Amino acid sequence: MAHQNIFDQYKAENSVIHRLSPIVKVVLAVLFIFSNALLPDGAWLSFALKWGAILMLSLLAKLEWHYTLKRSVIVLPFALAGISALFSLPGKTLAIWQLGSLELILTDAGLLRFESILLRSWLSVQVAILLVSTTTFPDLIHALEHLRLPKMLVTVIAFLYRYMTVLSDEALRLLRARQSRSALLPEQRGGGNLLWRARTAGNMVGQLFLRSYERSDRIYYAMLSRGYSGHLRTLNPHNINIRDWLLLMLSFLLITFLQFFARL
Amino acid sequence: MHFSPAPLHIPDGFLSIIVSVISWAITIAILSVAVKHTENLDEKQVPLMGVMAAFIFAAQMINFPVAGGTSGHLLGGAFAAIILGPWAGMLVMTAVIGVQGLLLQDGGLLVMGANILNMGLVTSAIGFGLYRLAPSSTENPQQNRNLKLGLAGIAAWLSVMAGALLTSLQLWLSDTARLDIVLPAMLGIHALIGIGETLITVSALAFIFRTRPDLLDQAQGQERGGRAWIFVGVAISLFVLILSPLASSNPDGLERVASDLGFLAQGIDSPYSILPDYTLPFLGDSAFSTVAAGVIGAFVVGAIIFIISKMKRVNIRADK
Repeated sequence: MAHQNIFDQYKAENSVIHRLSPIVKVVLAVLFIFSNALLPDGAWLSFALKWGAILMLSLLAKLEWHYTLKRSVIVLPFALAGISALFSLPGKTLAIWQLGSLELILTDAGLLRFESILLRSWLSVQVAILLVSTTTFPDLIHALEHLRLPKMLVTVIAFLYRYMTVLSDEALRLLRARQSRSALLPEQRGGGNLLWRARTAGNMVGQLFLRSYERSDRIYYAMLSRGYSGHLRTLNPHNINIRDWLLLMLSFLLITFLQFFARL
Repeated sequence: MHFSPAPLHIPDGFLSIIVSVISWAITIAILSVAVKHTENLDEKQVPLMGVMAAFIFAAQMINFPVAGGTSGHLLGGAFAAIILGPWAGMLVMTAVIGVQGLLLQDGGLLVMGANILNMGLVTSAIGFGLYRLAPSSTENPQQNRNLKLGLAGIAAWLSVMAGALLTSLQLWLSDTARLDIVLPAMLGIHALIGIGETLITVSALAFIFRTRPDLLDQAQGQERGGRAWIFVGVAISLFVLILSPLASSNPDGLERVASDLGFLAQGIDSPYSILPDYTLPFLGDSAFSTVAAGVIGAFVVGAIIFIISKMKRVNIRADK
Protein backbone atom coordinates (compact mmCIF):
# COMPACT_ATOMS: atom_id res chain seq x y z
CA MET A 1 0.00 0.00 0.00
CA ALA A 2 1.41 3.33 -1.02
CA HIS A 3 -0.27 5.37 1.65
CA GLN A 4 0.32 3.85 5.07
CA ASN A 5 -2.19 4.96 7.65
CA ILE A 6 -0.35 6.16 10.76
CA PHE A 7 -3.12 4.87 13.01
CA ASP A 8 -2.83 1.39 11.53
CA GLN A 9 -1.00 -1.19 13.66
CA TYR A 10 -0.65 -3.72 10.85
CA LYS A 11 2.71 -5.49 10.89
CA ALA A 12 3.49 -6.77 7.40
CA GLU A 13 4.77 -10.34 7.64
CA ASN A 14 4.23 -13.54 5.73
CA SER A 15 2.95 -15.94 8.35
CA VAL A 16 0.26 -18.59 8.76
CA ILE A 17 -1.81 -16.14 10.79
CA HIS A 18 -1.45 -13.36 8.22
CA ARG A 19 -2.60 -15.71 5.45
CA LEU A 20 -5.78 -16.81 7.26
CA SER A 21 -9.02 -15.54 5.85
CA PRO A 22 -9.87 -12.24 7.59
CA ILE A 23 -13.46 -13.44 8.02
CA VAL A 24 -12.23 -16.40 10.09
CA LYS A 25 -9.96 -14.14 12.10
CA VAL A 26 -12.76 -11.73 12.97
CA VAL A 27 -15.07 -14.59 14.00
CA LEU A 28 -12.32 -16.18 16.10
CA ALA A 29 -11.45 -12.92 17.86
CA VAL A 30 -15.09 -12.28 18.76
CA LEU A 31 -15.49 -15.91 19.91
CA PHE A 32 -12.41 -15.56 22.09
CA ILE A 33 -13.71 -12.36 23.72
CA PHE A 34 -17.17 -13.87 24.13
CA SER A 35 -15.70 -16.86 25.93
CA ASN A 36 -13.64 -14.56 28.18
CA ALA A 37 -16.86 -12.96 29.33
CA LEU A 38 -18.35 -16.40 30.00
CA LEU A 39 -15.46 -17.65 32.16
CA PRO A 40 -16.36 -17.56 35.86
CA ASP A 41 -14.51 -15.32 38.34
CA GLY A 42 -11.24 -16.76 39.54
CA ALA A 43 -10.76 -19.34 36.75
CA TRP A 44 -7.03 -18.59 36.93
CA LEU A 45 -5.86 -21.68 35.03
CA SER A 46 -8.25 -21.02 32.15
CA PHE A 47 -7.13 -17.38 32.00
CA ALA A 48 -3.51 -18.55 31.96
CA LEU A 49 -4.24 -21.05 29.18
CA LYS A 50 -5.87 -18.31 27.14
CA TRP A 51 -2.85 -16.08 27.57
CA GLY A 52 -0.72 -19.04 26.48
CA ALA A 53 -2.83 -19.26 23.33
CA ILE A 54 -2.24 -15.54 22.65
CA LEU A 55 1.52 -15.96 23.10
CA MET A 56 1.52 -18.95 20.76
CA LEU A 57 -0.46 -17.07 18.12
CA SER A 58 1.89 -14.08 18.44
CA LEU A 59 4.88 -16.33 17.80
CA LEU A 60 3.10 -18.00 14.87
CA ALA A 61 2.43 -14.51 13.49
CA LYS A 62 6.18 -13.74 13.80
CA LEU A 63 5.54 -10.96 16.32
CA GLU A 64 7.64 -10.49 19.43
CA TRP A 65 6.12 -12.53 22.24
CA HIS A 66 5.41 -9.44 24.33
CA TYR A 67 4.06 -7.38 21.44
CA THR A 68 0.39 -7.58 22.49
CA LEU A 69 1.36 -7.20 26.15
CA LYS A 70 3.14 -3.91 25.48
CA ARG A 71 0.19 -2.45 23.62
CA SER A 72 -2.46 -3.67 26.07
CA VAL A 73 -1.84 -0.88 28.62
CA ILE A 74 -4.53 1.10 26.79
CA VAL A 75 -7.24 -0.53 28.97
CA LEU A 76 -5.59 0.60 32.21
CA PRO A 77 -7.34 3.99 32.61
CA PHE A 78 -10.73 2.31 32.53
CA ALA A 79 -9.78 0.05 35.45
CA LEU A 80 -10.74 3.07 37.58
CA ALA A 81 -14.37 2.44 36.73
CA GLY A 82 -14.08 -1.13 37.97
CA ILE A 83 -12.51 -0.23 41.32
CA SER A 84 -15.88 0.02 43.02
CA ALA A 85 -16.37 -3.70 42.27
CA LEU A 86 -13.88 -4.26 45.12
CA PHE A 87 -16.49 -3.07 47.58
CA SER A 88 -19.63 -4.35 45.90
CA LEU A 89 -19.87 -7.98 46.96
CA PRO A 90 -20.60 -9.52 50.35
CA GLY A 91 -17.94 -11.91 51.59
CA LYS A 92 -15.07 -12.21 54.05
CA THR A 93 -14.04 -8.71 55.08
CA LEU A 94 -10.40 -7.85 54.33
CA ALA A 95 -10.35 -4.15 55.15
CA ILE A 96 -12.69 -1.26 55.84
CA TRP A 97 -12.19 2.36 54.87
CA GLN A 98 -14.36 5.30 55.77
CA LEU A 99 -14.57 7.89 53.03
CA GLY A 100 -16.80 10.68 54.19
CA SER A 101 -20.26 9.20 54.51
CA LEU A 102 -19.22 6.28 52.32
CA GLU A 103 -18.22 3.06 54.02
CA LEU A 104 -15.99 0.93 51.79
CA ILE A 105 -15.73 -2.73 52.77
CA LEU A 106 -13.10 -4.66 50.86
CA THR A 107 -14.16 -8.32 50.63
CA ASP A 108 -12.45 -11.40 49.23
CA ALA A 109 -15.32 -11.86 46.74
CA GLY A 110 -14.97 -8.24 45.63
CA LEU A 111 -11.23 -8.62 45.15
CA LEU A 112 -11.78 -11.79 43.13
CA ARG A 113 -14.33 -10.02 40.94
CA PHE A 114 -12.07 -7.02 40.35
CA GLU A 115 -9.06 -9.16 39.42
CA SER A 116 -11.18 -11.27 37.09
CA ILE A 117 -12.62 -8.21 35.35
CA LEU A 118 -9.13 -6.83 34.76
CA LEU A 119 -7.86 -10.17 33.46
CA ARG A 120 -10.81 -10.62 31.08
CA SER A 121 -10.41 -7.11 29.79
CA TRP A 122 -6.67 -7.49 29.40
CA LEU A 123 -6.95 -10.82 27.52
CA SER A 124 -9.67 -9.43 25.25
CA VAL A 125 -7.73 -6.35 24.26
CA GLN A 126 -4.68 -8.50 23.46
CA VAL A 127 -6.62 -10.65 21.03
CA ALA A 128 -8.04 -7.50 19.37
CA ILE A 129 -4.48 -6.20 19.01
CA LEU A 130 -3.44 -9.51 17.49
CA LEU A 131 -6.30 -9.22 15.01
CA VAL A 132 -5.39 -5.75 13.73
CA SER A 133 -1.65 -6.39 13.65
CA THR A 134 -2.08 -9.42 11.37
CA THR A 135 -4.90 -8.15 9.16
CA THR A 136 -4.86 -5.04 6.97
CA PHE A 137 -7.74 -2.74 7.74
CA PRO A 138 -9.17 -2.84 4.19
CA ASP A 139 -9.29 -6.65 4.53
CA LEU A 140 -10.99 -6.24 7.89
CA ILE A 141 -13.63 -3.96 6.40
CA HIS A 142 -14.15 -6.48 3.60
CA ALA A 143 -14.59 -9.26 6.16
CA LEU A 144 -17.24 -7.19 7.91
CA GLU A 145 -19.05 -6.85 4.59
CA HIS A 146 -19.04 -10.64 4.22
CA LEU A 147 -20.40 -10.88 7.76
CA ARG A 148 -23.47 -8.92 6.57
CA LEU A 149 -22.62 -5.46 7.86
CA PRO A 150 -24.83 -3.09 5.80
CA LYS A 151 -23.10 -1.82 2.64
CA MET A 152 -23.81 1.76 3.61
CA LEU A 153 -21.95 1.43 6.90
CA VAL A 154 -19.08 -0.47 5.26
CA THR A 155 -18.64 2.36 2.75
CA VAL A 156 -18.72 5.03 5.47
CA ILE A 157 -16.09 3.11 7.46
CA ALA A 158 -13.92 2.69 4.35
CA PHE A 159 -14.09 6.45 3.73
CA LEU A 160 -13.32 7.15 7.37
CA TYR A 161 -10.25 4.93 7.18
CA ARG A 162 -9.06 6.62 3.99
CA TYR A 163 -9.57 10.20 5.19
CA MET A 164 -8.86 9.99 8.92
CA THR A 165 -5.16 10.60 8.27
CA VAL A 166 -5.86 13.40 5.79
CA LEU A 167 -8.17 15.27 8.15
CA SER A 168 -6.00 14.50 11.19
CA ASP A 169 -3.17 16.21 9.32
CA GLU A 170 -5.52 19.13 8.79
CA ALA A 171 -6.33 19.19 12.53
CA LEU A 172 -2.65 19.03 13.45
CA ARG A 173 -2.01 21.94 11.08
CA LEU A 174 -4.67 23.98 12.90
CA LEU A 175 -3.16 23.03 16.27
CA ARG A 176 0.32 24.00 15.06
CA ALA A 177 -1.00 27.34 13.80
CA ARG A 178 -2.56 28.04 17.20
CA GLN A 179 0.66 27.01 18.92
CA SER A 180 2.80 29.30 16.78
CA ARG A 181 0.51 32.27 17.48
CA SER A 182 0.47 31.63 21.22
CA ALA A 183 3.86 32.79 22.41
CA LEU A 184 4.26 32.32 26.17
CA LEU A 185 6.47 34.32 28.47
CA PRO A 186 8.08 32.27 31.21
CA GLU A 187 6.21 32.30 34.52
CA GLN A 188 3.20 34.02 33.01
CA ARG A 189 -0.22 32.68 32.31
CA GLY A 190 -1.26 33.19 28.73
CA GLY A 191 -4.13 32.50 26.42
CA GLY A 192 -7.04 34.43 27.93
CA ASN A 193 -9.75 32.96 30.11
CA LEU A 194 -11.39 29.56 29.79
CA LEU A 195 -14.26 30.85 27.68
CA TRP A 196 -11.89 32.49 25.24
CA ARG A 197 -9.79 29.34 24.92
CA ALA A 198 -12.88 27.19 24.36
CA ARG A 199 -14.11 29.61 21.70
CA THR A 200 -10.83 29.40 19.89
CA ALA A 201 -11.06 25.60 19.91
CA GLY A 202 -14.67 25.86 18.71
CA ASN A 203 -13.66 28.10 15.83
CA MET A 204 -10.98 25.57 14.90
CA VAL A 205 -13.57 22.78 14.87
CA GLY A 206 -15.83 24.92 12.68
CA GLN A 207 -12.92 25.67 10.37
CA LEU A 208 -12.07 21.96 10.17
CA PHE A 209 -15.71 21.19 9.38
CA LEU A 210 -15.79 23.64 6.47
CA ARG A 211 -12.51 22.33 5.06
CA SER A 212 -13.79 18.74 5.35
CA TYR A 213 -17.16 19.60 3.83
CA GLU A 214 -15.65 21.31 0.84
CA ARG A 215 -13.12 18.54 0.46
CA SER A 216 -15.89 15.92 0.38
CA ASP A 217 -17.39 17.74 -2.63
CA ARG A 218 -14.09 17.57 -4.50
CA ILE A 219 -13.62 13.92 -3.52
CA TYR A 220 -17.06 13.06 -4.81
CA TYR A 221 -16.50 14.70 -8.21
CA ALA A 222 -13.09 13.07 -8.54
CA MET A 223 -14.58 9.67 -7.72
CA LEU A 224 -17.44 10.21 -10.14
CA SER A 225 -14.97 10.91 -12.93
CA ARG A 226 -13.30 7.58 -12.15
CA GLY A 227 -16.55 5.64 -12.40
CA TYR A 228 -17.84 5.56 -8.81
CA SER A 229 -21.24 3.90 -8.71
CA GLY A 230 -22.13 3.99 -5.02
CA HIS A 231 -19.99 1.24 -3.54
CA LEU A 232 -16.33 0.40 -3.22
CA ARG A 233 -14.77 -2.60 -4.97
CA THR A 234 -12.01 -4.93 -3.99
CA LEU A 235 -9.85 -7.38 -5.95
CA ASN A 236 -9.43 -9.73 -3.02
CA PRO A 237 -11.91 -12.63 -3.28
CA HIS A 238 -11.53 -13.77 0.37
CA ASN A 239 -12.59 -17.36 -0.12
CA ILE A 240 -12.82 -19.48 3.00
CA ASN A 241 -10.95 -22.71 2.27
CA ILE A 242 -10.96 -26.06 4.05
CA ARG A 243 -8.01 -25.06 6.29
CA ASP A 244 -9.93 -22.04 7.57
CA TRP A 245 -12.94 -24.22 8.36
CA LEU A 246 -10.78 -26.77 10.19
CA LEU A 247 -9.16 -24.06 12.29
CA LEU A 248 -12.54 -22.56 13.09
CA MET A 249 -13.88 -25.96 14.24
CA LEU A 250 -10.76 -26.70 16.28
CA SER A 251 -10.82 -23.31 18.01
CA PHE A 252 -14.50 -23.64 18.77
CA LEU A 253 -13.89 -27.05 20.37
CA LEU A 254 -10.94 -25.71 22.39
CA ILE A 255 -12.90 -22.74 23.64
CA THR A 256 -15.87 -24.92 24.60
CA PHE A 257 -13.53 -27.33 26.37
CA LEU A 258 -12.01 -24.43 28.31
CA GLN A 259 -15.47 -23.42 29.52
CA PHE A 260 -16.04 -26.92 30.92
CA PHE A 261 -12.55 -27.05 32.32
CA ALA A 262 -13.00 -23.77 34.19
CA ARG A 263 -16.01 -25.20 36.00
CA LEU A 264 -14.53 -28.56 37.03
CA MET B 1 -0.06 11.31 19.34
CA HIS B 2 -3.00 13.56 20.22
CA PHE B 3 -5.19 10.58 20.88
CA SER B 4 -6.59 10.29 24.38
CA PRO B 5 -8.94 7.50 25.40
CA ALA B 6 -12.14 9.00 26.78
CA PRO B 7 -13.58 7.51 29.96
CA LEU B 8 -16.75 6.54 28.13
CA HIS B 9 -15.14 3.92 25.84
CA ILE B 10 -15.87 0.70 27.75
CA PRO B 11 -13.29 -2.05 27.09
CA ASP B 12 -14.21 -5.73 26.80
CA GLY B 13 -14.54 -7.57 30.09
CA PHE B 14 -16.32 -4.79 31.95
CA LEU B 15 -19.86 -5.66 30.87
CA SER B 16 -21.60 -8.99 31.37
CA ILE B 17 -22.65 -10.99 28.34
CA ILE B 18 -26.33 -10.26 28.86
CA VAL B 19 -25.82 -6.49 29.10
CA SER B 20 -23.53 -6.55 26.04
CA VAL B 21 -25.98 -8.60 24.04
CA ILE B 22 -29.02 -6.49 24.94
CA SER B 23 -27.07 -3.31 24.08
CA TRP B 24 -26.06 -4.80 20.72
CA ALA B 25 -29.68 -5.75 20.01
CA ILE B 26 -30.91 -2.19 20.70
CA THR B 27 -28.04 -0.68 18.70
CA ILE B 28 -28.60 -2.98 15.71
CA ALA B 29 -32.33 -2.30 15.70
CA ILE B 30 -31.80 1.49 15.68
CA LEU B 31 -28.97 1.32 13.13
CA SER B 32 -30.99 -0.78 10.70
CA VAL B 33 -33.64 1.95 10.70
CA ALA B 34 -30.90 4.56 10.20
CA VAL B 35 -29.47 2.62 7.26
CA LYS B 36 -32.91 2.33 5.68
CA HIS B 37 -33.49 6.07 6.03
CA THR B 38 -30.15 7.05 4.56
CA GLU B 39 -30.29 4.55 1.68
CA ASN B 40 -32.86 6.75 -0.05
CA LEU B 41 -30.49 9.73 -0.09
CA ASP B 42 -28.63 10.48 -3.29
CA GLU B 43 -25.28 8.76 -3.70
CA LYS B 44 -23.41 12.00 -3.04
CA GLN B 45 -24.41 11.73 0.62
CA VAL B 46 -22.40 8.56 1.17
CA PRO B 47 -18.95 10.09 0.52
CA LEU B 48 -20.10 13.10 2.53
CA MET B 49 -20.95 10.90 5.54
CA GLY B 50 -17.61 9.10 5.20
CA VAL B 51 -15.63 12.34 5.15
CA MET B 52 -17.74 13.70 8.02
CA ALA B 53 -16.87 10.59 10.06
CA ALA B 54 -13.20 11.35 9.42
CA PHE B 55 -13.92 14.96 10.41
CA ILE B 56 -15.41 13.91 13.78
CA PHE B 57 -12.40 11.65 14.36
CA ALA B 58 -9.99 14.51 13.62
CA ALA B 59 -12.07 17.10 15.50
CA GLN B 60 -11.70 15.03 18.67
CA MET B 61 -7.98 15.90 18.54
CA ILE B 62 -8.61 19.63 18.83
CA ASN B 63 -8.32 20.29 22.54
CA PHE B 64 -8.07 23.32 24.75
CA PRO B 65 -6.29 23.58 28.09
CA VAL B 66 -8.72 23.65 31.03
CA ALA B 67 -6.69 23.61 34.23
CA GLY B 68 -3.91 21.68 35.88
CA GLY B 69 -2.72 19.90 32.76
CA THR B 70 -6.14 18.57 31.79
CA SER B 71 -7.77 19.51 28.53
CA GLY B 72 -11.23 19.39 27.03
CA HIS B 73 -12.15 18.15 23.61
CA LEU B 74 -15.20 17.38 21.52
CA LEU B 75 -17.06 14.05 21.58
CA GLY B 76 -19.20 15.20 18.69
CA GLY B 77 -22.45 13.19 18.79
CA ALA B 78 -24.77 16.17 19.18
CA PHE B 79 -22.73 18.27 16.73
CA ALA B 80 -22.83 15.54 14.05
CA ALA B 81 -26.61 15.14 14.37
CA ILE B 82 -27.18 18.92 14.15
CA ILE B 83 -25.12 19.41 10.99
CA LEU B 84 -26.00 16.14 9.22
CA GLY B 85 -29.43 15.16 10.54
CA PRO B 86 -30.15 12.45 13.11
CA TRP B 87 -29.89 9.30 10.99
CA ALA B 88 -26.73 10.32 9.16
CA GLY B 89 -25.29 11.56 12.47
CA MET B 90 -25.90 8.16 14.03
CA LEU B 91 -24.18 6.32 11.16
CA VAL B 92 -21.24 8.72 11.27
CA MET B 93 -20.79 8.29 15.01
CA THR B 94 -21.13 4.50 14.66
CA ALA B 95 -18.33 4.46 12.10
CA VAL B 96 -16.12 6.61 14.35
CA ILE B 97 -16.69 4.44 17.45
CA GLY B 98 -16.34 1.26 15.38
CA VAL B 99 -12.98 2.30 13.97
CA GLN B 100 -11.73 3.51 17.36
CA GLY B 101 -12.59 0.09 18.79
CA LEU B 102 -11.36 -2.05 15.91
CA LEU B 103 -8.26 -0.15 14.88
CA LEU B 104 -7.13 1.56 18.07
CA GLN B 105 -8.62 -0.75 20.75
CA ASP B 106 -10.29 2.28 22.28
CA GLY B 107 -13.39 0.40 23.44
CA GLY B 108 -14.00 -3.33 23.14
CA LEU B 109 -15.63 -5.44 20.43
CA LEU B 110 -18.23 -7.40 22.39
CA VAL B 111 -19.21 -4.22 24.24
CA MET B 112 -19.16 -2.06 21.10
CA GLY B 113 -22.94 -2.19 20.94
CA ALA B 114 -23.08 -0.46 24.31
CA ASN B 115 -20.41 2.07 23.29
CA ILE B 116 -22.27 2.95 20.08
CA LEU B 117 -25.54 3.25 21.98
CA ASN B 118 -24.06 5.49 24.71
CA MET B 119 -21.85 7.76 22.63
CA GLY B 120 -23.41 7.65 19.16
CA LEU B 121 -27.13 6.96 19.14
CA VAL B 122 -28.38 8.62 22.31
CA THR B 123 -26.16 11.68 21.79
CA SER B 124 -27.43 12.12 18.22
CA ALA B 125 -31.07 11.76 19.28
CA ILE B 126 -30.72 14.39 22.02
CA GLY B 127 -28.68 16.70 19.78
CA PHE B 128 -31.11 16.76 16.90
CA GLY B 129 -34.27 16.49 19.00
CA LEU B 130 -33.55 19.60 21.07
CA TYR B 131 -32.14 21.56 18.11
CA ARG B 132 -35.34 20.80 16.16
CA LEU B 133 -37.32 22.69 18.82
CA ALA B 134 -36.32 25.97 17.17
CA PRO B 135 -38.63 27.12 14.35
CA SER B 136 -36.94 26.86 10.95
CA SER B 137 -37.61 30.49 9.95
CA THR B 138 -38.89 33.59 11.72
CA GLU B 139 -38.97 37.34 11.07
CA ASN B 140 -36.06 37.80 13.42
CA PRO B 141 -33.20 35.63 12.14
CA GLN B 142 -30.72 36.88 14.74
CA GLN B 143 -32.97 35.87 17.61
CA ASN B 144 -33.70 32.53 15.94
CA ARG B 145 -29.97 31.92 15.55
CA ASN B 146 -29.34 32.62 19.24
CA LEU B 147 -32.18 30.29 20.18
CA LYS B 148 -30.64 27.54 18.04
CA LEU B 149 -27.21 28.04 19.57
CA GLY B 150 -28.70 27.93 23.04
CA LEU B 151 -30.57 24.71 22.33
CA ALA B 152 -27.47 23.16 20.78
CA GLY B 153 -25.49 24.05 23.90
CA ILE B 154 -28.02 22.45 26.23
CA ALA B 155 -28.20 19.40 23.97
CA ALA B 156 -24.41 19.02 23.91
CA TRP B 157 -24.20 19.02 27.73
CA LEU B 158 -27.14 16.65 28.11
CA SER B 159 -25.78 14.27 25.48
CA VAL B 160 -22.55 13.81 27.46
CA MET B 161 -24.54 13.33 30.68
CA ALA B 162 -26.80 10.76 28.99
CA GLY B 163 -23.73 8.82 27.84
CA ALA B 164 -22.27 8.86 31.35
CA LEU B 165 -25.59 7.83 32.91
CA LEU B 166 -26.03 4.90 30.53
CA THR B 167 -22.43 3.78 31.00
CA SER B 168 -22.82 3.77 34.80
CA LEU B 169 -26.09 1.87 34.61
CA GLN B 170 -24.56 -0.74 32.30
CA LEU B 171 -21.55 -1.19 34.59
CA TRP B 172 -23.87 -1.55 37.56
CA LEU B 173 -26.16 -4.06 35.81
CA SER B 174 -23.05 -6.07 34.90
CA ASP B 175 -22.06 -6.26 38.59
CA THR B 176 -18.83 -4.48 37.67
CA ALA B 177 -19.39 -1.37 39.75
CA ARG B 178 -21.24 -0.21 42.81
CA LEU B 179 -23.98 2.18 41.81
CA ASP B 180 -23.53 4.59 44.72
CA ILE B 181 -19.86 5.07 43.77
CA VAL B 182 -19.80 4.86 39.99
CA LEU B 183 -22.84 7.03 39.31
CA PRO B 184 -21.82 10.18 41.24
CA ALA B 185 -18.24 9.78 40.00
CA MET B 186 -19.18 9.41 36.34
CA LEU B 187 -21.86 12.11 36.40
CA GLY B 188 -19.58 14.48 38.32
CA ILE B 189 -16.68 14.16 35.88
CA HIS B 190 -18.93 14.36 32.86
CA ALA B 191 -20.81 17.39 34.13
CA LEU B 192 -17.44 19.17 33.66
CA ILE B 193 -16.56 17.41 30.39
CA GLY B 194 -20.05 18.36 29.19
CA ILE B 195 -19.30 22.06 29.70
CA GLY B 196 -16.33 21.70 27.35
CA GLU B 197 -18.59 19.91 24.86
CA THR B 198 -21.13 22.74 25.09
CA LEU B 199 -18.55 25.50 24.62
CA ILE B 200 -16.95 23.85 21.59
CA THR B 201 -20.25 22.84 19.98
CA VAL B 202 -21.78 26.31 20.37
CA SER B 203 -18.75 28.21 19.13
CA ALA B 204 -18.22 25.82 16.20
CA LEU B 205 -21.87 26.25 15.18
CA ALA B 206 -21.62 30.03 15.62
CA PHE B 207 -18.58 29.98 13.33
CA ILE B 208 -20.52 28.05 10.68
CA PHE B 209 -23.49 30.44 11.06
CA ARG B 210 -21.15 33.33 10.30
CA THR B 211 -19.39 31.72 7.34
CA ARG B 212 -21.75 29.19 5.70
CA PRO B 213 -25.28 29.70 7.10
CA ASP B 214 -26.70 27.83 4.10
CA LEU B 215 -25.30 24.54 5.44
CA LEU B 216 -27.18 24.91 8.70
CA ASP B 217 -30.41 26.14 7.13
CA GLN B 218 -30.72 22.96 5.11
CA ALA B 219 -30.10 20.97 8.28
CA GLN B 220 -33.53 22.15 9.49
CA GLY B 221 -35.31 20.58 6.52
CA GLN B 222 -38.15 18.16 7.00
CA GLU B 223 -36.38 15.41 5.03
CA ARG B 224 -33.65 15.13 7.68
CA GLY B 225 -36.05 14.22 10.46
CA GLY B 226 -39.64 15.02 11.34
CA ARG B 227 -41.04 16.69 14.43
CA ALA B 228 -41.23 13.31 16.17
CA TRP B 229 -37.53 13.85 16.93
CA ILE B 230 -38.47 16.68 19.28
CA PHE B 231 -40.47 14.18 21.30
CA VAL B 232 -37.61 11.65 21.33
CA GLY B 233 -35.00 14.27 22.26
CA VAL B 234 -37.08 15.85 25.02
CA ALA B 235 -38.07 12.44 26.41
CA ILE B 236 -34.45 11.25 26.70
CA SER B 237 -33.41 14.62 28.16
CA LEU B 238 -36.11 14.42 30.81
CA PHE B 239 -35.09 10.84 31.57
CA VAL B 240 -31.50 12.02 32.15
CA LEU B 241 -32.51 15.13 34.09
CA ILE B 242 -34.86 13.28 36.43
CA LEU B 243 -32.97 10.03 36.89
CA SER B 244 -29.46 11.47 37.39
CA PRO B 245 -30.02 13.50 40.56
CA LEU B 246 -32.51 10.96 41.87
CA ALA B 247 -30.18 8.01 41.43
CA SER B 248 -27.11 9.89 42.66
CA SER B 249 -28.73 11.02 45.88
CA ASN B 250 -30.54 7.78 46.49
CA PRO B 251 -28.91 4.80 44.72
CA ASP B 252 -30.58 2.39 47.13
CA GLY B 253 -33.90 3.56 45.77
CA LEU B 254 -32.91 2.66 42.24
CA GLU B 255 -31.69 -0.75 43.37
CA ARG B 256 -35.00 -1.32 45.10
CA VAL B 257 -36.99 -0.32 42.03
CA ALA B 258 -34.83 -2.61 39.91
CA SER B 259 -35.32 -5.54 42.22
CA ASP B 260 -39.07 -4.88 42.39
CA LEU B 261 -39.13 -4.98 38.62
CA GLY B 262 -37.35 -8.30 38.68
CA PHE B 263 -34.07 -7.09 37.17
CA LEU B 264 -32.12 -7.74 40.28
CA ALA B 265 -32.30 -11.02 42.10
CA GLN B 266 -31.45 -11.17 45.78
CA GLY B 267 -27.91 -10.62 47.01
CA ILE B 268 -25.09 -11.37 44.60
CA ASP B 269 -27.21 -13.10 41.95
CA SER B 270 -26.66 -11.74 38.48
CA PRO B 271 -28.96 -8.88 37.56
CA TYR B 272 -31.10 -10.71 35.03
CA SER B 273 -33.69 -13.37 35.29
CA ILE B 274 -34.00 -14.88 31.82
CA LEU B 275 -30.74 -16.78 32.04
CA PRO B 276 -29.90 -16.63 35.76
CA ASP B 277 -26.15 -17.02 36.36
CA TYR B 278 -25.77 -17.93 32.69
CA THR B 279 -27.34 -21.29 33.41
CA LEU B 280 -30.60 -22.84 32.35
CA PRO B 281 -32.68 -23.77 35.40
CA PHE B 282 -33.83 -27.11 34.01
CA LEU B 283 -30.27 -28.24 33.22
CA GLY B 284 -28.94 -27.57 36.70
CA ASP B 285 -25.72 -25.74 37.55
CA SER B 286 -23.32 -27.55 35.25
CA ALA B 287 -20.76 -26.33 32.76
CA PHE B 288 -22.91 -27.62 29.95
CA SER B 289 -25.82 -25.53 31.16
CA THR B 290 -23.67 -22.38 31.13
CA VAL B 291 -22.42 -23.00 27.62
CA ALA B 292 -25.94 -23.80 26.45
CA ALA B 293 -27.13 -20.52 27.98
CA GLY B 294 -24.40 -18.67 26.11
CA VAL B 295 -25.32 -20.34 22.84
CA ILE B 296 -29.01 -19.58 23.35
CA GLY B 297 -28.19 -15.94 24.08
CA ALA B 298 -26.20 -15.71 20.86
CA PHE B 299 -29.03 -17.42 19.03
CA VAL B 300 -31.63 -14.95 20.26
CA VAL B 301 -29.54 -12.01 19.03
CA GLY B 302 -29.01 -13.75 15.71
CA ALA B 303 -32.76 -14.27 15.36
CA ILE B 304 -33.49 -10.62 16.17
CA ILE B 305 -30.96 -9.45 13.60
CA PHE B 306 -32.36 -11.88 11.02
CA ILE B 307 -35.96 -10.77 11.57
CA ILE B 308 -35.03 -7.08 11.38
CA SER B 309 -33.04 -7.54 8.19
CA LYS B 310 -35.92 -9.55 6.73
CA MET B 311 -38.40 -6.82 7.58
CA LYS B 312 -36.09 -4.25 6.11
CA ARG B 313 -35.85 -6.14 2.84
CA VAL B 314 -39.64 -6.43 2.59
CA ASN B 315 -39.99 -2.69 3.23
CA ILE B 316 -37.53 -1.82 0.51
CA ARG B 317 -39.35 -4.07 -1.93
CA ALA B 318 -42.61 -2.40 -1.00
CA ASP B 319 -41.06 1.01 -1.69
CA LYS B 320 -40.14 0.03 -5.22
